[in-house]
Amino acid sequence: MSGPSQPSQFTGAVGWIDRRLPVFSYLEKEYRQFPAPRNFNYFWNFGAIATVMLVVMMATGIVLAMQYTPHVDMAFNSVERIMRDVNNGWLLRYLHMNGASMFFIAVYIHIFRGLWYGSYKQPRELLWILGVVLLVLMMATAFMGYVLPWGQMSFWGAKVITNLFSAIPLVGDSITTWLWGGFTVDNPTLNRFFSLHYLLPFVIFGVVILHVIALHVVGSNNPLGIDPKSPRDTVPFHPYYTAKDSFGIVVFLIVYAAFVFFAPNFMGHPDNYIPADPLLTPAHIVPEWYFLPFYAILRSVDFDIWFIDAKLGGVLAMFGALVVLALAPWLDRSPVRSCRFRPVYRWFLVLLVIDLIALGYVGANAPDDEILSGLGITWLDLGHIAMPWYFIHFLVVMPLVGKFERPLPLPLSIRDAVLPTRGGAPMTTAAPSKQA
Amino acid sequence: MAETAGAHGAGSQGGDHGDEATRRDFLYLTAGAFTVIGGAVAIWPFINSMNPSADVLAAGGPVDVDLTPLEEGQAITVMWRGEPMFVRYRTQAEIEAARETPLDDLIDPQTDEERVKPGHEQYLVVRGICTHLGCVPLGQRQGDERGEYGGWYCPCHGSHYDTSGRIRRGPAPMNLIVPPYTFADDKTVVIGEEGEAAA
Ligand code: HEM
Ligand code: FES
Repeated sequence: MSGPSQPSQFTGAVGWIDRRLPVFSYLEKEYRQFPAPRNFNYFWNFGAIATVMLVVMMATGIVLAMQYTPHVDMAFNSVERIMRDVNNGWLLRYLHMNGASMFFIAVYIHIFRGLWYGSYKQPRELLWILGVVLLVLMMATAFMGYVLPWGQMSFWGAKVITNLFSAIPLVGDSITTWLWGGFTVDNPTLNRFFSLHYLLPFVIFGVVILHVIALHVVGSNNPLGIDPKSPRDTVPFHPYYTAKDSFGIVVFLIVYAAFVFFAPNFMGHPDNYIPADPLLTPAHIVPEWYFLPFYAILRSVDFDIWFIDAKLGGVLAMFGALVVLALAPWLDRSPVRSCRFRPVYRWFLVLLVIDLIALGYVGANAPDDEILSGLGITWLDLGHIAMPWYFIHFLVVMPLVGKFERPLPLPLSIRDAVLPTRGGAPMTTAAPSKQA
Repeated sequence: MAETAGAHGAGSQGGDHGDEATRRDFLYLTAGAFTVIGGAVAIWPFINSMNPSADVLAAGGPVDVDLTPLEEGQAITVMWRGEPMFVRYRTQAEIEAARETPLDDLIDPQTDEERVKPGHEQYLVVRGICTHLGCVPLGQRQGDERGEYGGWYCPCHGSHYDTSGRIRRGPAPMNLIVPPYTFADDKTVVIGEEGEAAA
């Protein structure tokens, strides 16, 4: 072949396309031959699972949008109509509703994997930042989606969150008016949220592609956190990890289906089945569970910090929580990636998870309620400890532990660590660190 | 590309191609600047379309509130611009409580006199939106929790307002906002229009 077309290993119709648009070569290279470390554990399933959830959300969302009416007088009833009258509407809505939660579960596990095995470290910094961008986009999408059914939590959640922007000095009020398209959360707000809720998943899809391209440039990390040094340390992506991912996806979908069919409202709030009423604030405005730790960080700043008043401080803390996460590659000073070889830091990471769960409870409860009645300790008091700890973890623990911790000896190679020696006995001497 | 790079180099060294270099740099800069300005001008209609539209603004016009059915100690809530406005007919005790509070005790110091219209001190008109994160405080209805200072209590994050709608305790940074309003006559208040109080 002469001219601009590329040579291709494919023949026939596939080859004809591939020479002009090398999608098949790309798939072959990136999803078949792509050399992946041979020692992935099940934590490595969650990227693929999150991708499946994104596709499920887009598929269910697009058909829901055909039945949904984005108008304050009709939105709530149109969702009820989906539930009662539209063929399989209940299923599509429950898939979409619970799908959002399952998507966040997958992504949170995926992020924890990255933190535990040090996947954010050099050379994967940009990959990590793209991941945080995806998290932010997902949060924006889920927030606006939750407003669409126009229930009490939809309305008041939107009100609380959009009001955050009024904390911005000088331009705050013009920004909130602009966001609302009116004087408060109202019909124009609902309309634009619907438009953006439709748009953002496609933006997410684009960023996922960038995320995967960045991954395929530097390659995957693995539970040992050491780089593959020879082809003996890797296996081709297909069939090894296509099979393992498929298995993980199926298990995950079973859990998802269990929620959809047996406890579809378990992760939701009953108040959202009450139509929005601008005159009646629900006793406790609580966001969806996946926002609770961030909401707790927002509310736990109820004091002024120098010239920053409490409201602005809370907003800055909430967004700051995401910023420090994005900066993890530079905050962590340890050259060792995997917590398997980090005897000190790993306990701090466990503590961070406990801290986030504690923040989740703080976010779910009324600040002035006592944790255990009679003890005199309120949820807000717990927030006053758990909120700063989150920042201390990233800004103090990460740099210092990285500097002073003595890591365990690293294995020579992935193969040495995970395969028996030629003699048949497991490699324990050359890789003493495998004990973990 | 190569030429530009060369031109920059030569320009900065003040070499032979100095004249050409400045000319080209000028073109790049002006073209670049106008692209940015043009881009910004083109984006503006998109951004501005999201600001409140003419009909939304029109629907936000003033509303008349008839105060005749309101008795001392009672309150009514009216909607203006999609938000609840609280009108409370305060008792003498409530007015005194508000007036006797020293300004030093206030988070957002403001006298009660500044927050009502002269001659109509018994009526307090405030926007029923907590200045923290926008919940509707309780205290309008009989039997509502009114907080520690007898005004309003915001259940969302625990803000207490006094009988002048001023923030006394909790995370809210400011007093309940007094909307623009005026009295058309003794028993009619017009919310959304600023004016001198009728004597
Ligand atoms: C990143 C992916 C997505 C997430 C995380 C997400 C999240 C959500 C959430 C949390 C709700 C509220 C569910 C409820 O309580 O009823 C919702 C509703 C909705 N979403 Fe999505 N969504 C996503 C993608 C999409 C897409 C691509 C569309 C297509 C247009 C869409 C259309 C809708 C519609 C029409 C509703 C209102 C109906 C309902 O409430 O069930 N969503 N979304
Ligand atoms: S919104 Fe009223 S205290 Fe937070």
